[in-house]
Amino acid sequence: MSSELTRMTAAGIAALIAAGDVSAAEVTRAHLDRIGAVDERVHAFLHVAADSALRAARAVDDQRAAGHALGPLAGVPLALKDVFTTKDMPTTCGSRILAGWQPPYDATITGRLRRAGVVILGKTNMDEFAMGSSTENSAFGTSRNPWDLSRVPGGSSGGSSAAVAAFEAPMAIGTDTGGSIRQPGAVCGIVGVKPTYGGSSRYGVVAFASSLDTPGPLARTVLDAALLHEVMSGHDPCDSTSIDAPVPPVVAAARQADVSGLRIGVVTELGGEGYQPGVVTRFTEAVELLESLGAKITEVSCPHFGYALPAYYLIAPSECSSNLARFDAMRYGLRTGDDGTRSAEEVMSLTRAAGFGAEVKRRIMLGTYALSSGYYDAYYGKAQQVRTLITRDFDAAFEQVDVLISPATPTTAFPIGERADDPMAMYLADLCTIPSNLAGNAAISVPCGLAPEDGLPVGLQVMAPVLADDRMYRVAAAVEAALSQRRGHPLLDEANGLGEASAGQEGRP
Amino acid sequence: MTGVLTAVPYDEAIARYEPVIGLETHVELGTVTKMFCGCPAGFGAEPNATVCPVCLGLPGSMPVANRAAIESTIRIGLALNCSIASWCRFARKNYFYPDMPKDYQISQYDEPLCTDGRLDITVDGADFRIGIERVHLEEDTGKSLHVGGATGRIHGAEYSLVDYNRAGIPLVEVVTKPVPGTGALAPVVARAYVTELRELLRALGVSDVRMEEGSLRCDVNTSLAPPGAAQWGTRTETKNVNSLRSVERAVRSEIERQAAVLDAGGRVVQETRHFHEESGLTTSGRSKEEAQDYRYFPEPDLVPIAPSAEWVEQLRATLPELPSGRRARLQAEWELSDLDMTALGNAGALDLVAETVAAGAAPADARKWWLGELSRHANDSGTELSALPVTPAQVARIAALVGSGDLNDRLARQVLDGVLAGRGSPDEIVAARGLAVVSDDATLLAAVDAAIAANPDVAARIRAGKTAAAGALVGAVMKATRGQADAARVRELILERLGQAG
Amino acid sequence: MPITREEVAHLARLSRLALSEDELDRFAGQLDVIIAAVARVQEVAADGIPPTSHAVPITNVFREDVIVPPLGAEAALDQAPAAEQGRFRVPRILAED
Repeated sequence: MSSELTRMTAAGIAALIAAGDVSAAEVTRAHLDRIGAVDERVHAFLHVAADSALRAARAVDDQRAAGHALGPLAGVPLALKDVFTTKDMPTTCGSRILAGWQPPYDATITGRLRRAGVVILGKTNMDEFAMGSSTENSAFGTSRNPWDLSRVPGGSSGGSSAAVAAFEAPMAIGTDTGGSIRQPGAVCGIVGVKPTYGGSSRYGVVAFASSLDTPGPLARTVLDAALLHEVMSGHDPCDSTSIDAPVPPVVAAARQADVSGLRIGVVTELGGEGYQPGVVTRFTEAVELLESLGAKITEVSCPHFGYALPAYYLIAPSECSSNLARFDAMRYGLRTGDDGTRSAEEVMSLTRAAGFGAEVKRRIMLGTYALSSGYYDAYYGKAQQVRTLITRDFDAAFEQVDVLISPATPTTAFPIGERADDPMAMYLADLCTIPSNLAGNAAISVPCGLAPEDGLPVGLQVMAPVLADDRMYRVAAAVEAALSQRRGHPLLDEANGLGEASAGQEGRP
Repeated sequence: MTGVLTAVPYDEAIARYEPVIGLETHVELGTVTKMFCGCPAGFGAEPNATVCPVCLGLPGSMPVANRAAIESTIRIGLALNCSIASWCRFARKNYFYPDMPKDYQISQYDEPLCTDGRLDITVDGADFRIGIERVHLEEDTGKSLHVGGATGRIHGAEYSLVDYNRAGIPLVEVVTKPVPGTGALAPVVARAYVTELRELLRALGVSDVRMEEGSLRCDVNTSLAPPGAAQWGTRTETKNVNSLRSVERAVRSEIERQAAVLDAGGRVVQETRHFHEESGLTTSGRSKEEAQDYRYFPEPDLVPIAPSAEWVEQLRATLPELPSGRRARLQAEWELSDLDMTALGNAGALDLVAETVAAGAAPADARKWWLGELSRHANDSGTELSALPVTPAQVARIAALVGSGDLNDRLARQVLDGVLAGRGSPDEIVAARGLAVVSDDATLLAAVDAAIAANPDVAARIRAGKTAAAGALVGAVMKATRGQADAARVRELILERLGQAG
Repeated sequence: MPITREEVAHLARLSRLALSEDELDRFAGQLDVIIAAVARVQEVAADGIPPTSHAVPITNVFREDVIVPPLGAEAALDQAPAAEQGRFRVPRILAED
């Protein structure tokens, strides 16, 4: 029963608990056991909160026993990216500079999850301060892809993605600044969503790039992601940038799963050279599939998308250089070099040099450069203008079509270490995802098969206009349903990194 | 600069050079809560008791703008005749410092909320229009105690202790345009500007503007140039100017110092200087030539402020009568000369007189009491007029009692002494000490008859028609009644008794 | 225009990062490549295009001037690297503010 529980969807688990067929405590125990069995190899978790998770689960069971109505995800376990503050668990952001930091407050999303009866199993690994596309930039070791443990699970929400793909949790929450939910979702063969910017609260989310950071759900099915999306999202008066409007009806859209008559645009600029052939193959098939389901496919050009990557790698580091200045050894976190002879300035510099990893240092310096007097107009200022042009590209495109599609990322999961010393190569993983971060619109990655050459997952990205998150869920659900039917079993049954594949091993290279 | 130059005496300095001054004033708003969070903004809590994730800058925290602070800022801008931005943003000013929780300060950069205003002042009969460049909103920093050094200042300190209670309190920064053309009056113009600005802020009710407590902070900019020079001189910025008197002294001392530098053929260094109360001199602080690059960019965690025209007009309607307008009105109502009006201002008596008039006294009486007896008391006890333990209403009551004849001037002074000594209200004191003027005829006649009997020669002269001699008998009656007799009535009774009435 | 090692050292100082000599060398090379790549934004003609600072155009978000209970000194100082007399203890500060 235990392993069956961990293979279930969140929706399925919630239904069992609501019906009284299984207790929330039993579900949580099953997942804690699973973590115990595999996480030494996957390393998805930085902190497992067994006691508090069981307490939370028992509280849900008590609620049910007392006859209270339960929320749609009550008792369902969840893995939380270690960038969200939690009062009762450390929050490290994958960095040595915050090792052991115990925040005195919960993020708004953390609080919403708790009140919804969701059971937080623990905090997941991530690229340090959300900077990276592989989780190799974590100060506490990289996480591994459950499809092939020698490969990256993507990043920066690699721990969350790996946890879900390894059945350690049915759902997880990450943050997406340049693709950090969608890309790990794609390379791990699960669903990853970047909601409309401002659709979910950033209060308590340690900031990387404030105008881009977006919390979002990861799950094994589109419906699960939608359910979590609804629980976590909505206006927050503590976040001035959060949208004061109802959460789009994403659960209804996920159930609707119908694309007939929908106009779908393939973005010309998100393809071609640099894209792995197997990724292109599966993407093309997905396009054909959508057409066969009744959608109208056209090609749409977004002429400034080629500048999205450089614009992003100016805007994000600029904001992060400012956001990370607070880690100065004065009020919390690491302090080194304070031997009584050194000045505050020296202790700050020594601590930050010891506490930050290489990628973080690079981006801080890049951001400092781009904001410097004399350089501001040519770099940060220019990038924000390019950002306006990209937003206009989206606006123009959405006049012609209802959603845009592209591969989620140009390649499948690359081997650990392959790009670690080549920042520019690493940045290319975000090519397809970055435009939606710059414009703030909604985007999702849904699995669309395995690349023939390596048998690794490929993600289809669907992009919808600002506040039209439901539309992308509709399309993603339709693709998922059709492919699932075609395949005859869940895609993750074929994941063999942990030697557990129960399907699809024939003809595997 | 090698060696120390002797400052040039002020009169010489100002004869040879023309000053340009400018002032940057920071005002701590008296809002209930801080600028970006709900922590109480009050004074005096124990260290770090009024902080939260936001004002402590904890990872993940986010600011939300205080509406009342924005309204106060707009009202200040309107009172200074500024244009109010229809759309503006906050910006991050990035620099590392231990009293800065985020190592950036949320402020405004190239989009201040209010711009291009003015404040008119009058000094020694001369009018000056001080241009206001901008009024913007920002957050205050924490406060450090420097431990181990001799003076409690940074130099020589071993370590510091930081309290973040003040971090996040709303600060309004008012920056003047450069002010040329003040000549020898530069120091007093600077002081008069800060004084008038303080009055205005007080009238608006936006801050308690106490310089000694730091809710009003002033940085003074000074430069000198030879007369007729094509460009203004290099300016210095002087900080730690903690009183109105220091504003004046700082400008004066900087003029003297810069004149000496220029006389010697040197170049004034563009720098920040520190004012010293004890000596009245400035010393070199941080050099502004290595000007810090604050890498300003628009604050992404806050959305733009776009005050609607309706909102601005609503706020304009809440502006009280401003100090200059009020002064003009009162001067006209009280029919005072400019000189008399200035004297009231200089004595710090304007508001007190106005309140006394509002409580029913005639302006002339109110002025007489406050500039006369009460000023004397204030000087003797070394306090401010406003700190005396008597209220305008009480002064008005005393004036009324004199007006109705219940007290004469001498008795009134005794009653005032009693009030100041804390013995109660004027009426209570009159009753307790029996200080009321005696004016019932029966009592007076008894005293009059006694005086006549005791002074037969004087009485005889009065009977003979020398009514002027009545004064001596009046004096005797006053003495006998300890000054409480109604002198005029006593005189009448004496004359009646001695057959001289009529 | 390539970025020099001195410029990188300057950036490190501005950012309060005490980099080693090795790090300076390595980062100089990497930053040079990255800056050249991101400088591509300058190819885009953007005269008259307003810069975006907020993805979604919201304005006038405020809070009312009402007290929310603070953390309290104990919680505030709980994770401090050093504390004394209810305050955060920091090493000696060099620069006058």
